Amino acid sequence: MNTFPVATIFALSLAAYSAGALLSLATWRRPALCRYVCCSSALAGAVFGGLAAVLGILQRTPVHWSVSSGIPLFAYSFNYDALAGFFNLTLAILAAAVSIYSFSYLKEFEGKRNIGFFGFLFHLLLLSLTVVFTAASAFFFLIGWEVMALVAYGLVTFYHEDRETRRAGLLYIVMAHVDAGCLLLGFALLMHVSGSADFASFPTAAPQLSSTQQAAAFALFFLGFGIKAGIIPFHIWLPAAHPVAPSNISALLSGIVLKAGIYGMVRIFLDGLGVLPSWAGLLVLVVGVASAVLGVLYALMEHDLKRLLAYHSIENIGIILIGLGAALVFRVAGHPQLAAVALIAALFHTLNHAIFKCLLFLGAGSVLHSTGTRNMEELGGLIRPMPVTAFCFLIGAVAISGLPPLNGFVSEWLTYQSLLAGFGATGGLTRILFPLAGSMLALTGALAAACFVKAFAITFLALPRSAESGNAHEVPRSMLIGMGWLAMACAALGLGASWFLPVFGPLTEQVLGQSFGANLITGRGFVVSTGLGQGGTVSTAVIGIGLLVFVIPAVLLVSIAGKRFSPRRGPTWDCGLPGLSAENEYTATAFTKPLRMIFSVLYQPRREIQSVFDVSPYFPKEIRFESEIEPTFEKRLYVPLKDFLLRVAIKMRAIQAGSIHAYLAYIFITLVLLLLFGVRR
Amino acid sequence: MIGLLAKTGLQLALLLLIAPLLGGIMKTLKARLQTRRGPGVLQSYRDLFKLFRKGMVIPEAASWIFSATPYIVFVTAALVGLMIPMTATDAPLSLFGGVLAVVYLLALGRFFLALGGLDAGSSFGGLGSSREMTISAIAEPAMMLAIFTVALAANSTNLSEMANVAVSQSWKFLAPSQMLAFAALFIVLIAETGRIPVDNPATHLELTMIHEAMILEYSGPYLALIEYGASLKQLVLMTLVVNTFFPFGLSSNWTLHGLLLGLLFYLAKMLLLACLIVLVETSNAKLRLFRVPELLMVSFILGALALISTFLF
Repeated sequence: MNTFPVATIFALSLAAYSAGALLSLATWRRPALCRYVCCSSALAGAVFGGLAAVLGILQRTPVHWSVSSGIPLFAYSFNYDALAGFFNLTLAILAAAVSIYSFSYLKEFEGKRNIGFFGFLFHLLLLSLTVVFTAASAFFFLIGWEVMALVAYGLVTFYHEDRETRRAGLLYIVMAHVDAGCLLLGFALLMHVSGSADFASFPTAAPQLSSTQQAAAFALFFLGFGIKAGIIPFHIWLPAAHPVAPSNISALLSGIVLKAGIYGMVRIFLDGLGVLPSWAGLLVLVVGVASAVLGVLYALMEHDLKRLLAYHSIENIGIILIGLGAALVFRVAGHPQLAAVALIAALFHTLNHAIFKCLLFLGAGSVLHSTGTRNMEELGGLIRPMPVTAFCFLIGAVAISGLPPLNGFVSEWLTYQSLLAGFGATGGLTRILFPLAGSMLALTGALAAACFVKAFAITFLALPRSAESGNAHEVPRSMLIGMGWLAMACAALGLGASWFLPVFGPLTEQVLGQSFGANLITGRGFVVSTGLGQGGTVSTAVIGIGLLVFVIPAVLLVSIAGKRFSPRRGPTWDCGLPGLSAENEYTATAFTKPLRMIFSVLYQPRREIQSVFDVSPYFPKEIRFESEIEPTFEKRLYVPLKDFLLRVAIKMRAIQAGSIHAYLAYIFITLVLLLLFGVRR
Repeated sequence: MIGLLAKTGLQLALLLLIAPLLGGIMKTLKARLQTRRGPGVLQSYRDLFKLFRKGMVIPEAASWIFSATPYIVFVTAALVGLMIPMTATDAPLSLFGGVLAVVYLLALGRFFLALGGLDAGSSFGGLGSSREMTISAIAEPAMMLAIFTVALAANSTNLSEMANVAVSQSWKFLAPSQMLAFAALFIVLIAETGRIPVDNPATHLELTMIHEAMILEYSGPYLALIEYGASLKQLVLMTLVVNTFFPFGLSSNWTLHGLLLGLLFYLAKMLLLACLIVLVETSNAKLRLFRVPELLMVSFILGALALISTFLF
C-alpha cells in the first residue's frame, strides 16, 4: 500500500497536463485567461511530477501499474523506478521554470498568435515526455516518442510564416522519423526474441540474443536515440530547429527533449540488451568525444545567441556520452563500482546540463524579448538595463563552462575521475584512449569557457552596439523568477553536490546491481570522492566558502587602501583620439578570429573584403567584410545523401502511374506476399 | 580544525610573502643575464605598495563585472595555493580539491579576467581576452595529459597523495615518462604564466601583448590585486611543477624542524626553476601569435609520449 502515493501523485501530474491541454484549447478565444490557465496547469503538473519523482526515488522499490486498453499487445503500462524518477525530476524542475517564465513571456503572443494552440502543444510535450520516461512497454514508449516528435514539430514551426523556420521544421521532422524508424526496428528485434513488448522482459531475454543480433540492436538503438540526442554526425537538425522555436520551447527542447535520447540509451544499453561488448562502449565514448569537441568548435563560430546555445547542447551530450561509454566499458571489464561512478557522472551531467541550458535559453529568450534580435553583433551593454537577466545568464555561463563551485564542475570532475580510473581498469591499447579522452574533455572545457566569455561579454558588457540594444528594458518579474529558480538550482547542485549525490544510490542499484551513491561522500558529508579509495577528492562547498572567506580581507584591504582617493569614472583609453564608440569594441567575430585561424582545417573559412576609397586604398571610406565557415557535414554528407535519395525517388516514379487499378494490384501483391511469408513460418 | 586553520594561515602567509619576491628575483636574474643591473629583488613589493595607495580610474562603460574581477582573480589564486604542497606533503586544503580543482579554479579566475578585459569596451581589452582564452584553450589538453601521466603513478588527483607517492620514490623523475611529462608541463607553464616565447610580461606593445592588454584599463588597488593574483598564480604553477616532479625535501609533517628544512629545499628548487625559465626567456625571441599553437602542440605530443611510455616501461 505504500506504493499508493507515488502512483496517485503521478496520475495527478498526468491529469494536470491533460487538463491543461484541453483547457488551453477551450479558452483560446480569451488570450489572457488562456495564458493563466496554460501556465498554472503546467506548473501544477510540474509540482506533482516533481513530488512523485522525489517520493519515487526515496522509496527505492519500483512501482508498476497498468491500464488495459483492449488492444492486444498494448496497455497503458507505467513503471516508476529510480531511473524514471530521476528523469521525471529533471523534467519537473525544468517544467516548473518554463511555466513560471511563460506567464509573462506568452503575453507578447496576445492578439497575435493562438495561445490556446500553443498551450495545447506545450502540455502535450510535457505529457509525452512524462510518458516516455515512465512507459513500461515498447509500444507505449514509441507512442509517447512519436507524439513528442510531432508536438515538437508543431512548436518548432510555431513561427511558421518564416521560411527558415519551415525549412528547419522539415529537417527536424525527417530526422525525427529516421530515429523513430530505427527504434521501431530495434524494438521489433528485441520483441522477436523476448516475445513480449514489456521492457521488463528484455533483460531476461537478452542472453538469448546472438552476438550479431545484439550488435544490430545496439546499432539501431544507438542511431535512434543518438539522432534524438543530437550526436555528431546526426546533429544537423539540432542547431537549425532549436533556435527558431519560441524561446521557452527552445529551453525545453535543449534541456529535456534531447535527454530523452540519453534516457533511452541508459535504459536499453545498461538494462535491455544484456552486457554489451566493450567495442560498443568504446564507440559511445569516441562518438561522445567527437560530439563534445566538434560541438564546441562550431558553437564558437556562431554569433546567433540561440544557435550558439544549440551547438553547446551537442557538446554537452558528448560529455554525457563520454561518461556513459566509460560505464559500458567498465561494466563488461568487470568493474561495476567504476561503472557506477561513470554512470553517475553521465546522469549528473544530464541533470546539470538540463538546468543550465534551460537557464541560458531562457536568458537568451529574455534578450530576444527585450531587444528583438538574436545576433550578438547587434547587442552589448545589456547588463545595465537588464541586471537580473545578466546575472542569471552569468551563472549559467559559469556553470556550463564547468567552473567551480557550480554544478557543471562536479559532473565534469566525476567524468575526469572515471576516465583516469579507466586507464588502470582496462587492458591493451584501449587504456590509452581514456587519458586522451580526458585531454579532449579539457580542450572542450577550455573552449566552452572561451565561447561563454564571448557570449556573455559581447551580449551584456561594454557599450550597446545598436539602438535596440540601447533601449532594452528588464523583462517582467515572472520571467526573472523562472530564470532565478534555475540559477539557484545551479548553485545548490554545485555547492551542495555532496548532499545530492546519494540520490544516485537506488539508481545505480537498479541499473548496475549495486548501490553506489552514498559511497561517493566522505569527510563529514561535504567532500565528494570517487568512492573507490583512490582517485581524489573535491569539495565544492569548501571551495565556495573559501572563496567567500578570502574575498572579505581583499575587500577590506582595497577599501582601506583606497580611502585616500575615491575611485573616479573616466573614459576608456582611446589612444588620444577622443570619441570612442561601440564601433571600436571588439566583436564576436574578432574575438574568435585566433581560433578560426588555428582550426582553419576544420572551418575552411572564407572571407571577402571590399573597400571603397576616393584617393588612396589606405584611407577607405567604407569597408564591407563578409566571412563564413564551411558547413562540413551538410556539404560533405547530407547534400550527397539528399541528391541520392532524390535520384532514387525519380526512378521510383516509374511504378507510380497514377492509376488506381495499378495501386490496387500493388496492395494485392503485397498482401499475398506477406501472407505467404507469414504462413511459411 | 585548529590544526587545519593554523596550517592554512601559515601556508597562506608563505604564499603571500614569497609570490612578489619570486617575481622580483626573476626580473633581477633576467636583467643580469642581459647585463643590466635590474630594479632589485624587492621591486615587486614596492610596486604593489604603491599601487594599493593610488587612486583608481574606472572606465565609464564598465559594469560591476569590472570591479568584481580583481577580487576573483586574487582569491582563486590564493585558494589554489592552499591545495598544493609547498614545504610539507600535506597541503592544508588538499582534501577539498586536487589538481583538477586547481586547473579549474585558475580557469575561473581567467574567465572573469577575460570578461573584465571586454567590459571597458576597448579594443585592447578584447584583443587580450581573445588571445588569452585561445592560448589557454590550446594549452589545456597538453596540461591535462601531463597531469594524467603523473596522477596515474599515484592513482590519485589529490596533490598531497601524489606528493606522498613521489617522495617515496624520489628518483622516479629519471623515468622517461616523468621527464617527458615535465617537458610538456614546462611548456604549458611558460604559456600559462605569460612568459617569452608566448607572451612578454614586460611589454606594453599592442601587437604582442596578451595579459597586459586585458588589464590595460585597471589602475590603483584593482591593478594591485590583479598583479598580486598573477604573481600568486605563477608561484602556484611553479610550485606544482617542482613538487610533483622533484619532491626532494618535502616534509612529511608540520613540525618546525621539518618545515624549516622543507622551506629551504623549496626555495632552492624554486630558484633553480626560476633560473631555467629566465634562461629560456632570455635565449628566445617572442613567437608570433600563430606560432604559439605549434609550440603547444609540441607540448601535447610530449604529453602523449609520456603517457605511452608509462604504458611501456
